[in-house]
Amino acid sequence: MSDAVLVLIEPEEGRIGLVSRQALTLARELGSQVHALVLGTGEEAVLADAADYGVAVVHEPDDAELGAYAAAAWASVLQSCARATGAGTVLAGGTPRGTEVLAHLAARAEVPMAANVVQVTSTQPLEVERQVAGGAVLERMRLEASPAVLTVAGHAVEAEPAPTPGEASQRRFTAGINADDLRAQVVRTGAGPGGDSTGLAAARVVVGVGRGAGGAEGFEDAARLAERLGGVVGVSRVVTSMGWRPHHEQVGQSGTRITPDVYIACGISGAVQHWAGVSSARTIIAINTDEQAPMVTKAHYAVIGDMHEVLPALLEALA
Amino acid sequence: MTNVLVCVKRSADITGEVVLNQDGTALDGRFSGYAMSAHELAALEIAATIAENDGGSVTVLTLGGADAVEQLREALSVGAQNAVHIQADPTGFGPTDVAREVAEVVRAHEAGGTGYDLILLGNDAADTGNFQTGIRLAYALGRPVVAGVQQIEVDGGAASMHVGAADGTETYEVALPAVATVLEGGVQPRYPSLRGRMRAKRAPIEQADPATEPAGTAVLGLRVPPAEPSRVTILGEGPEAVPALVEILRKNGVEA
Repeated sequence: MSDAVLVLIEPEEGRIGLVSRQALTLARELGSQVHALVLGTGEEAVLADAADYGVAVVHEPDDAELGAYAAAAWASVLQSCARATGAGTVLAGGTPRGTEVLAHLAARAEVPMAANVVQVTSTQPLEVERQVAGGAVLERMRLEASPAVLTVAGHAVEAEPAPTPGEASQRRFTAGINADDLRAQVVRTGAGPGGDSTGLAAARVVVGVGRGAGGAEGFEDAARLAERLGGVVGVSRVVTSMGWRPHHEQVGQSGTRITPDVYIACGISGAVQHWAGVSSARTIIAINTDEQAPMVTKAHYAVIGDMHEVLPALLEALA
Repeated sequence: MTNVLVCVKRSADITGEVVLNQDGTALDGRFSGYAMSAHELAALEIAATIAENDGGSVTVLTLGGADAVEQLREALSVGAQNAVHIQADPTGFGPTDVAREVAEVVRAHEAGGTGYDLILLGNDAADTGNFQTGIRLAYALGRPVVAGVQQIEVDGGAASMHVGAADGTETYEVALPAVATVLEGGVQPRYPSLRGRMRAKRAPIEQADPATEPAGTAVLGLRVPPAEPSRVTILGEGPEAVPALVEILRKNGVEA
């Protein structure tokens, strides 16, 4: 196996995003020379983060065509970077973009891809364990082709800076984008027809509501509590599939993944798919009638009771 | 007239407790039941709406064992008119194998005079979670592809595809023919009507055999991770627990 490993990193608010830092941490197990391709622009802080995480070279294409996101175009850049560096492994965080670009790369290079890897179980030959069935099951998979292509499941690996910082030398280059790779490109970004879920991702307090709401009229207290605590309401999948609340409020694997300081889960049983989207909350409080519910057993704190009795009492205490 | 092909997969229902088969190589749905995924139901809804609006058609396709006919009939009851069943044990087929088999059917139908303007798949399979079959299919056919699409409108020879992102909704304008992988949540799948159910029962299903021996998956085995030990502190029962709850909120820096 080659010593070089290439990581597709996604900047977030000028820094390297958390899931990308987790991918960089895992990458150091797979090769001694870590290269990074920045999906976007590498500002000073991105370079500083890259150095902290042991990156030797930060690759930055300057093609104007990359201004609007196109997965195939990025995959072509990633593929040429992989060739140039001789990377034996190419990885990215298991975000929607990371997963999409790596799937394109795997299709172009005609090699397998392992999605949502949680750990490397062997490097010779390369074997990984990855999440399947929404995280309920772990699958062991062998990756024999070169480059090995994988995404790292969000929050499966603790992001840790390298013991010795990397050089993070910047390599600007023009990749040359093929017109065919721009056939599917973002032409505009705006408030979608379904509403906006931006608030949830950034909220410091989220009041989650599930089946325990009982119906479309059962959200008033949760909304008042969210307002009182300076937070927002998030809901479970049951709630949106019943049509009680719109989808952009959904939290979980197929909704928004949240990272608040406090998550208060009211009447939510805590299916694996929901847990996948909330487990990064710093403190999790469950309010549920069933003390055996996964949401209760996995939470830090729990109140056993009906949300329709507990929330009014809580609002009164806070009044 | 837009002809849409929707690819679906019969998988063990994973919304409840997940059980593995005896040799730990696949999920066992004998107790939980089998279903197509929420992403695929959303894809069918998108397809049915597009076809209804412009007089096109919806064809549903699956690669699976004999039982998978159940999912094809379900799709036929919610707006698909035609169904194709590639009969094979799906556990031996990796994402590349499945993509190649679907591409074979698409080419064969095209040669027979039925082309597909739009091919929809789920963003990821509920059981195997590979997140790549649709993208591999697009490459096999040389078509553009967008992943994680929640809504699509077709106008003439192009489709507007909408993808939910952290800072709003991203829109792609893609010339047809194209491929999209669908993420649930942008549309409300319809319930089958009585007429739809009756039609689904009688509809003929085209049978096909895999064109190529599958290369297979590189899966070595599955395991259900042990439950993490509970760390919960029970604050109390009902409204009596409220003072303790308020204290916890304040301790965690919430302005309560």
